[in-house]
Amino acid sequence: MATLTTTVPNAATSVELNRRRRMGFVFIGFALLTWLLFAVWQGPEAEAITTFRLAPGGPNSPIPPWEFNALNGINIVAGICAALGAFQLVRGFGRATSTVMWLIVILFAFAFLTWAASGKSLNLAGLLNATLVRAVPIVIGAMSGILSERAGIINIAIEGMMLGSAMIAVIVGSLTNVWGGIFAAILTGALLAYIHGVLSIKYKIDQIISGTVINIFAAGITSYISAKFLNTYAELNSPGIVKPFPLPLLSDLPVIGTILFKHTWFVYTMFIFLILMQIGVFHSRWGLRMRAVGEHPKAADTLGINVIRTRYISVVLSGMMAGFGGAWFTLGSVGRFDEMMTAGKGFIGLAAMIFGNYSPMGALGAGLLFGFADSLQTKLAILKVPIPSEFLLMAPYVITMIALAGLVGKAQLPAAGGKPYDKE
Amino acid sequence: MSEQKQSSGDILIEELNRTNSSSRIGQLGQLVLIPILAVITGLAIGAIIIILTSESVYAAFGNSIGSGLGEAFGVVYEAYWALFIGAVGDPAKISAALSSGDAEAVRRAFNPFSDSLVTTTPYIFAGLAVALGFRTGLFNIGVEGQLYLGAALATYIGFAFTDLPPILHIPFALAGGLVGGAIWGFIPGWLKAKTGGHEVINTIMMNYIAIRLTEWLVKGPLQRPDAQNPISPIVLESSQLPKLFGDPIRFHIGFFIALATAWLVWWYLFRTKMGFDLRTVGANSNAAKYAGMNIVRSTVLAMSLSGGLAGLTGANEILGVNHFFVSSFSPGYGFDAIALALLGKNHPLGVVLAAMLFGFLRSGATSMQLNAGVPVDIISILQALVLAFIAAPAIIRTIYRLKEPKESDAMMISAGFGD
Repeated sequence: MATLTTTVPNAATSVELNRRRRMGFVFIGFALLTWLLFAVWQGPEAEAITTFRLAPGGPNSPIPPWEFNALNGINIVAGICAALGAFQLVRGFGRATSTVMWLIVILFAFAFLTWAASGKSLNLAGLLNATLVRAVPIVIGAMSGILSERAGIINIAIEGMMLGSAMIAVIVGSLTNVWGGIFAAILTGALLAYIHGVLSIKYKIDQIISGTVINIFAAGITSYISAKFLNTYAELNSPGIVKPFPLPLLSDLPVIGTILFKHTWFVYTMFIFLILMQIGVFHSRWGLRMRAVGEHPKAADTLGINVIRTRYISVVLSGMMAGFGGAWFTLGSVGRFDEMMTAGKGFIGLAAMIFGNYSPMGALGAGLLFGFADSLQTKLAILKVPIPSEFLLMAPYVITMIALAGLVGKAQLPAAGGKPYDKE
Repeated sequence: MSEQKQSSGDILIEELNRTNSSSRIGQLGQLVLIPILAVITGLAIGAIIIILTSESVYAAFGNSIGSGLGEAFGVVYEAYWALFIGAVGDPAKISAALSSGDAEAVRRAFNPFSDSLVTTTPYIFAGLAVALGFRTGLFNIGVEGQLYLGAALATYIGFAFTDLPPILHIPFALAGGLVGGAIWGFIPGWLKAKTGGHEVINTIMMNYIAIRLTEWLVKGPLQRPDAQNPISPIVLESSQLPKLFGDPIRFHIGFFIALATAWLVWWYLFRTKMGFDLRTVGANSNAAKYAGMNIVRSTVLAMSLSGGLAGLTGANEILGVNHFFVSSFSPGYGFDAIALALLGKNHPLGVVLAAMLFGFLRSGATSMQLNAGVPVDIISILQALVLAFIAAPAIIRTIYRLKEPKESDAMMISAGFGD
């Protein structure tokens, strides 16, 4: 008994210590990587200047560009990373460790940009603006995944739900207006999610198979209707788009206004959903019940929570979120439907959900990171960086696999995910 | 110690008997009946979709209900008849060709049939890949990515190694496809066994990595020297799978290689000790662990073999049909394969039959689009419906008032994500 009481706290602290050390070494690894890659191996000329433009428009824009010596910039970033790593090794950041991890990722990206734009000029404000736009479907997809997977229903059908609702958004949007289109898209997502729910909750079929059914069905029916009607009746495929709405006052802020506050309502609504979900999932009775159903349905049932109903509600909410994301593809972006236009964004959303550790804020971070990779790959050719754009496009998937393998902090998946609930 | 071993063996046998007897006695009739009913129901719903999306039907209903019903029957008949002719051949042409006795005419009349077998071939390989995974309790949703890797490697071997006789070059290129896919299957298998990272997530991620990677390959190292667009060189004639008839007829020996592979998979799974191990791990991994089977090795091996079969899918398409690599050449074989593996009850013979069904549908759909104006995508809708009905037999039983078997036979393949 005595040994038990002494060994248990020791074991706990040693696990803590190991994680602290490992993260410390990861931080220092990033510092070394930054330095070796961008300063030593492929380092810029000693006098090379990096120019970041901070506002749209040409040379006569009101905000002067930000210019600095590229090599110094990279060295400073590497130094900050090393200092953070050293502090982590000696003292540890405790609960703030993952925040610091995100900071390191941002610093690494900054060093990369400094290196890529050395001797050239890069529109940083435009890049960050595009990052946010490209993150929208990913973050919405990840939120859709969180809603259903936190309740124990794996949803790999986000892609199909987005595709289906993107098409309905166009048709209804063409017949009525864009708001009608968005409403119809949300309903479509809910309907497809309800089918997913019936198959996996009522008929208890494997949730991956059920999700695959939705994906194949959505791909088939949208291509079918597109080939049969949208190509012949162009008036059904011209809903117009939701116009950007610069927020008053906020959009006048220098730099930040351009990056954050000159978007469509899709972007602002995404942030509202993020805040609502962060509070809802972690600080409300509804969220607690949902998580209980996803972690230990039997215990939840014993405490009087209706497992089946909670799961249905969660899946349908997940579908509504995916439907909202689907509407973005057509009404929030290009204003027309093309076959297979979601192009795997739903699956990147799934990746962002896992990488963000099933939390809305994590999903935002992961979505922005993946969106950054996506918008950066369009600039690589202009900057003449010898990295194929395909490698940046595959980065989200690779780092998700690394996160899943537990190399840098392990993703915590809901314990009852994928298992149908049998009430006995 | 020996007693201990005895008891673990008993538990194993008991476990296996339990799962076997219920499926044998209770469902032998439904084992065959449900897939057939699932396909028929799928075709019926497909017919409803065709009717609902035909403007001529609405126009006819505007005249009178009778002419509306007639038109509705007419469009479905026209579509499915065009599908049948496109898949099997025109009976009138076939009989005319047979009576004329002209060999060339006979070949042409049977061309739709042989072409359907060409479409069937990748489905057999891909279906076997998914089925082998399912038999080991692994959900390989990454066949699509694995086939791209296999195809890329087979293409490289196909054009880079000159002066090889076909007897060496063909097996070499096919082996390349096998290895390319196997590597892409090994990674998620190893990650699953070592870190517990779920193979479904990892294979989904690796699908997209494979698509991007091969996209880059045909823009860079694998690009045809004189080409502007991203395509690979044409593979050398010595590596192409030989065609059995004259040129317009695409039928090549890949179909027979696929049948031989199906037999090999059957033999491996049901006649060897290693196959027994794999199936035991799939049926009940706890019992298998208790009996001293190596779960890690089984998982890695099964994912590698499954990936290898997927790689052969890609190699077969390159060496037999396309003869060069373009990105995104697969119309989704890897995802359709999930439906057909389940339709074939994860048994190699069932997979071959299900693959023929899918191959004939896919092949006939082109003629349906041309002659009846029904887009080929109706086949994807059909496949989704069949997949749903096969996975949830209770739906079929409710529709046709079939008796419920004693034990639930709902599909549960992948274990929970949280494990």
